[in-house]
Amino acid sequence: MLAVVVLAGLAGLAGAGLLFAAGRLRTDATAQVVNQVDELLPQSQCAQCGYPGCRPYAAAIVAGEAPINRCAPGGDSTIQALSHLLQREALPLDTRFGEHQPAQLALIDEALCIGCARCLEVCPVDAIIGAPRFMHTVLQDACTGCELCLPPCPVDCIDLVPRPPDS
Amino acid sequence: MSAPLSYDPQPPRPAWGVRVEPHKALSMGQGIRIAPLPRQVRVPLDLTAMRVAEAIVAPGDSILTGQVIARFPGPGGNAICAPVTGRVRDIAPCPVPVAGNYQARCISIDTAGEDRWSEDCKPLEPAGSLSRENLQARIARAGIVGLGGALFPTADKLRTRTPVNLLILNGAECEPYITCDEMLMRDRPERVIHGAAIMLRALGARQAVIAVESDMPEARLALKAALAETDEPGIGVAVVTAKYPAGGERQLIELLTGQEVPLGGLPGDLGIVCQNVATAAAVSDLFRQGRPLISRIVTVTGNGIGQPGNFEVRLGTPLRELIAAAGGYAQPDCQLYMGGPMMGIALDSDELPVTEASNCLIVSTPEEMAAPRPEFPCIRCGECSRVCPARLMPQDLLIACMAGDAERQAALQVDACIECGCCDYVCPSQIALTARFVQAKAQQRHWRLDQARAAEARERSDAHARRQAERAAQYADGPKADPASGEQAMKDLMARLGQRDPTDD
Repeated sequence: MLAVVVLAGLAGLAGAGLLFAAGRLRTDATAQVVNQVDELLPQSQCAQCGYPGCRPYAAAIVAGEAPINRCAPGGDSTIQALSHLLQREALPLDTRFGEHQPAQLALIDEALCIGCARCLEVCPVDAIIGAPRFMHTVLQDACTGCELCLPPCPVDCIDLVPRPPDS
Repeated sequence: MSAPLSYDPQPPRPAWGVRVEPHKALSMGQGIRIAPLPRQVRVPLDLTAMRVAEAIVAPGDSILTGQVIARFPGPGGNAICAPVTGRVRDIAPCPVPVAGNYQARCISIDTAGEDRWSEDCKPLEPAGSLSRENLQARIARAGIVGLGGALFPTADKLRTRTPVNLLILNGAECEPYITCDEMLMRDRPERVIHGAAIMLRALGARQAVIAVESDMPEARLALKAALAETDEPGIGVAVVTAKYPAGGERQLIELLTGQEVPLGGLPGDLGIVCQNVATAAAVSDLFRQGRPLISRIVTVTGNGIGQPGNFEVRLGTPLRELIAAAGGYAQPDCQLYMGGPMMGIALDSDELPVTEASNCLIVSTPEEMAAPRPEFPCIRCGECSRVCPARLMPQDLLIACMAGDAERQAALQVDACIECGCCDYVCPSQIALTARFVQAKAQQRHWRLDQARAAEARERSDAHARRQAERAAQYADGPKADPASGEQAMKDLMARLGQRDPTDD
């Protein structure tokens, strides 16, 4: 009788431990895979994929909600890398979510800028500096060329130029 | 120093490297000859993209030999001195004999046939009386750069932040055909030793060793004899096995001290500074004769040249005039190479100027250099791995290069490749490995830039998201004040106004 109680107790403890561990480890593993996927994305934070940034897209891919071929800035090489990591089929880039193009850089025409500060809000990497009624400028090293600053600009003073090869 | 220096004539034999037919006797028939003054010189301002000098002369200016004509920005005070007397014709981009079909901005100077020296070119006071900083500043101002090929400013290399306990003078000229350093050590050993002594003082170091290869007994004996005549303490001669590429900086340090320079590190991390013997001789010329860096010794060799040999030639001299000084072409259809057959580059013109990096000009006949043969697939024999002096695995790197996999290339440490060409030399499938690795190294730079930029963008985007979340929380907090108290406040207001309750209506 005692043996049965002890063994049942031990089994119960072990079961509880396993249950706890399984829950813990599963979330950790998912987070890890999301991190790995995020590592492979180009970090332009452009939201062309339909998610608000690279990490949300990575989370959606891991959760199986999004296919791996929506990242236009990453292009085929990113799709290849994702396909290799996740063992999913490498589909061609879904061009409904944008075309792959060479790296760009936003440039503010400072003669036209009226200092409305609307672009500051939307820049996902805080690459525009300025203040209301003061001229804005783009930090070239930080700009990812995501184009998100274009629509809010009321005077259309932001241009995208090709990124110089060595910057 | 963990391992003792090997001074004995039976030095350790490295496992890496290849033995190549030396072809050195061709250009060692006679001593160093002085090439005649050129009619026009072109002095490049940006021979390496990392260091760009600004001209301080303008077209039309008359200049004297040894005068400073350009300065490098920065605190080092590095300069470029005029190699001839004449008049500046123009400052414009011109092709130069470096890899990559590169055009450098050059100062073109027409010479007037005379050689008048600038007032500044006076022998300097006994070097022993000058401070370290003073010695370094004078070397910088005289435009002395490493003559081994890397063109790094010598003064900058002497300004070490960590203490140096060994200066290595690299005379291990391992590449076939090239004999300019060997002839220098044979003809002018006292200058090498004098320059080494000044460099020791400029470094604040005690010990210097002049490294020669085991197949240069004349140079070793000349240096030993010259050493016996001077009273410079702490300078010795060491012999390393004649095996290509024993004269590579990292390889030479390994052979002499048994230590490996870490990947991404510099010899300074081991307390070692490495200088070419020709650089030491240039330092000696500066202090003894007041002569800044205006010339260098160039080996002109190959079966296609009339009288092969070593020439002391003014920098900027067109190769055409150097070839004329060496007896001209022996036959019309010769191919020119700058540097040795292992690492040199093919040139498409003899109008290019001699630069500080021009150690050897090979004028080869069509039979002399093997034509490129077709590549066959890699059979994974591993021969390239065995000879690689950087201990890489070229066969695996080849696959990573063909796949364009920058991450894999980084993991296989393509950046450690010294581009010596040993793998190409032994490959039974005649695969152009080094060319691919050179390309991969350039891509690595871009890849790392992209990686760094992505990491920064990720950080910035996270910070942006965090800030927006905080702000949203703040706004949510602001007007939130408990609804009950809001109602109460409204009632109070109404009471104060002495009006009826608006809800009564």
